[in-house]
This record gives sequence, structure tokens and C-alpha cells, in this order.
Amino acid sequence: MIDEIALKELIYKMADDLLILGHRNSEWTGLGPLLEEDIAFSSMAQDKVGQSYALYQLLHDLGENDPDTVAFMRNAEQFHNCQFVELPIGEYDFSLVRHFLYDTADALRFEMLSNSAYEPLALLAKKIKGELRYHTMHADIWIKQLGAATEDSIGRLQESLIQAFPYALGIFEPSEYEDQIKADKIFEGEEILQERWMDKISAVIGSTALALPDLGTITPVYGGRKGDHTAHLQPLLDEMSEVFKIDPTADW
Amino acid sequence: MTITEEQVSGWLEAVKDPEIPVLSLVDLGVITSIDIAGEKVKVTMTPTFVGCPAIDYMKKDIVEVLQNHGIDQVEVEVNFERQWNSNMISERGRKALKEFGLAPPPKHDLIVDIDILQHVECPNCGSTQTVLKTPFGPTACRSIHHCENCKETFEQFKPL
Repeated sequence: MIDEIALKELIYKMADDLLILGHRNSEWTGLGPLLEEDIAFSSMAQDKVGQSYALYQLLHDLGENDPDTVAFMRNAEQFHNCQFVELPIGEYDFSLVRHFLYDTADALRFEMLSNSAYEPLALLAKKIKGELRYHTMHADIWIKQLGAATEDSIGRLQESLIQAFPYALGIFEPSEYEDQIKADKIFEGEEILQERWMDKISAVIGSTALALPDLGTITPVYGGRKGDHTAHLQPLLDEMSEVFKIDPTADW
Repeated sequence: MTITEEQVSGWLEAVKDPEIPVLSLVDLGVITSIDIAGEKVKVTMTPTFVGCPAIDYMKKDIVEVLQNHGIDQVEVEVNFERQWNSNMISERGRKALKEFGLAPPPKHDLIVDIDILQHVECPNCGSTQTVLKTPFGPTACRSIHHCENCKETFEQFKPL
């Protein structure tokens, strides 16, 4: 017997992460530093929003509201995304570092979930992990190239890495249902995910001139998973839901 | 009138991918099952990419085409039970893609790494002296490449 409250909490935080980061990625449309990067961030935005929709659909099947209502009608304190994904896109170096840190974790998370005891989630995870290969491939290529290129590119990435890291650790904020979802074999848990993530990102960063901040000196930024957000989230939600709130039947 | 699966499958050849109008859903490999119960037809399909925006159009087109063949009770279900991968594109589909100017995805053993994205055969001149420009293209399912031989930039239907 699966604990539905624990399951829903897990799906909500993944769906909300993808919706918000998808929206942030879309802010690069028309502004990318290279045409190819403009297209890449726009394309990843489309993937992420689509993946969030599929997860909201799973929640709908579990008795939650329909995906549009869930996406557009909640206020910031009802969102379960980590604060990392709601931060503004900043300069390209920050967006690239966030893309690398977040998507590496996301690819590992869906890899783990492809063995979940909750079959609808396992099937979707199996599908999504294949798509994410393109996202992590893209992130790795750029981090490796720009992380070993010029003084300027290395300096910018290093600074963004230091700025992003406490927020990135917030991805793995433990849930109050952690023991439950492990016992139900839905998910192996945030702690194992974080360990695997550290191994993966260390290997990529190790092949560049960049250095990871010392984990022992950093306080992770938690709170997002419980509805505690920065001032950046509500304006994003207001913008995202503007059309829906004017006319919920609008089609586009 | 008794309808058969073959008949329905044949009719569905008229439903094309709205973003690649030369490729039918059958050749694309996204129709995973056709179930017939009396006068009722249920078509199950699975998306190429989870966020594919064309899926709603495809569903609508399936219903329309089958209705034109006199089937009024059509149900289209989208699920992930049988998952799509690019090996499921038929030989005829691959040919259609190439003629359309899109490089067909190379067959793979379900593990896509960067090596198979390099040196994709150019659909214009057939050269393999090509480079991957970016794994993301104008739609979720395409990547962008450049041919060193004919100097054309071209797109590939991504292996997945």
C-alpha cells in the first residue's frame, strides 16, 4: 500500500521545479548569446514545461486538480519548487551553471525513478530520462569548454558556481516523508541522489579549471519545498498566469 | 460492416505529423495499438517527446480521419506504456524524412551518446563529413548539423 500523501509531495516538487525552470529558460528566447544557445534554452524550456504537464497529469490521476488549474491558480507559498529554479536568469554564465547543476540532478532523479514501485511514475521517468540526456550533454559540453577557455569565461563561471551552490543544495531538501517514500520503494531518497550528483558534477568540474566550493563551508538554502520562496517567484507566477486569469478558456 | 486492424492502420496512414507533413503517424511509430470492439475503435499512441506540442493535433486528426471512414466512436488514448524510440520509425518513414531534407535518426542500441550525433549523413549530398552544431533545433525532435562538403546546414530527426 503506497502512501499517497508522500507520493504526491514528491511529484509536486518535481513538477513545480520543471515548470518554473522551464519558464526561466524561456526567458532566453530572443536573447541568447548565440543563435544556437537561444534555440537550446527555448527547446529545453519546451521539454521542461511538457514534462511538468505530464507530472501534473499524474497528480490529476491521483485526485488533484487539472494541470492548468494547478499550474496557474496557486500562489507562491503553494509551490514546492526549490528556490534555485526561481532565481532570475542573470547573465548567461549563471543560467549555464544552473542548467548544469540542476539538470545533472534531474537526470539522476529520473534514472532512479525509472525503478519506482509506482508504475505510472516509473514509465514516465523512463521516458523523461532519455530526453534529459540531451540536456546534460548540452550542459557538460559548455561547462567543459567555457570552464577551460579564457580568464573571463573561467572567472565568470567560477563566480556563478559559488553563488549558485548553496541554492543547488536546496534541490535535495529532505522531505518529511523521506522514510515513507523509501519504505514504499517509490524513491531511494534525496540523500542518495545528492551523493550521486556530487560524484557526477565533480567529474565534470574536475576536467576544467573550475573548483567546486567546499561542501563543509556551505549552508544549503532550504525552504522552497515547504512553500518558503524568494521575492522572485510571485512576479514570475503573475506573468505566467496573466492570460489564464483574464480568460481561463483562452486557447493558444 | 466489420472493421479490421489492418484497415484502420491503412486509414491512419493519412494522418501526418503536423510538423513533418510527409511522415505518417504509422511510419513515425507512435501508434502503439489499435483495438476494435464492434463499432468502436480505440487508438493508443505515445509521444515522441513528452512535451511534443503536436500531440493534440494528431489526436484530433486521428478522430477526423476515422470518422471520414464511417467510424463514429473513436477514442484516442495517449500513454507511456509502450514507449517511443527513434528505432520505431519505419524504413518508409526514414526515406520520407530524407526526401523532406531531414536526416533520419541513426539506428542505435537505445543508448544515445554524442558519438552517434557526429558525422550524421547529409540529406542533401550524402557526405558524412558533417559536424553537430547543436543538439537542439526548431522543434523538440530535431538537432542542427553542418555539412563540410556541400556547406549546407541541415537538421536531423534526433535519435532517442
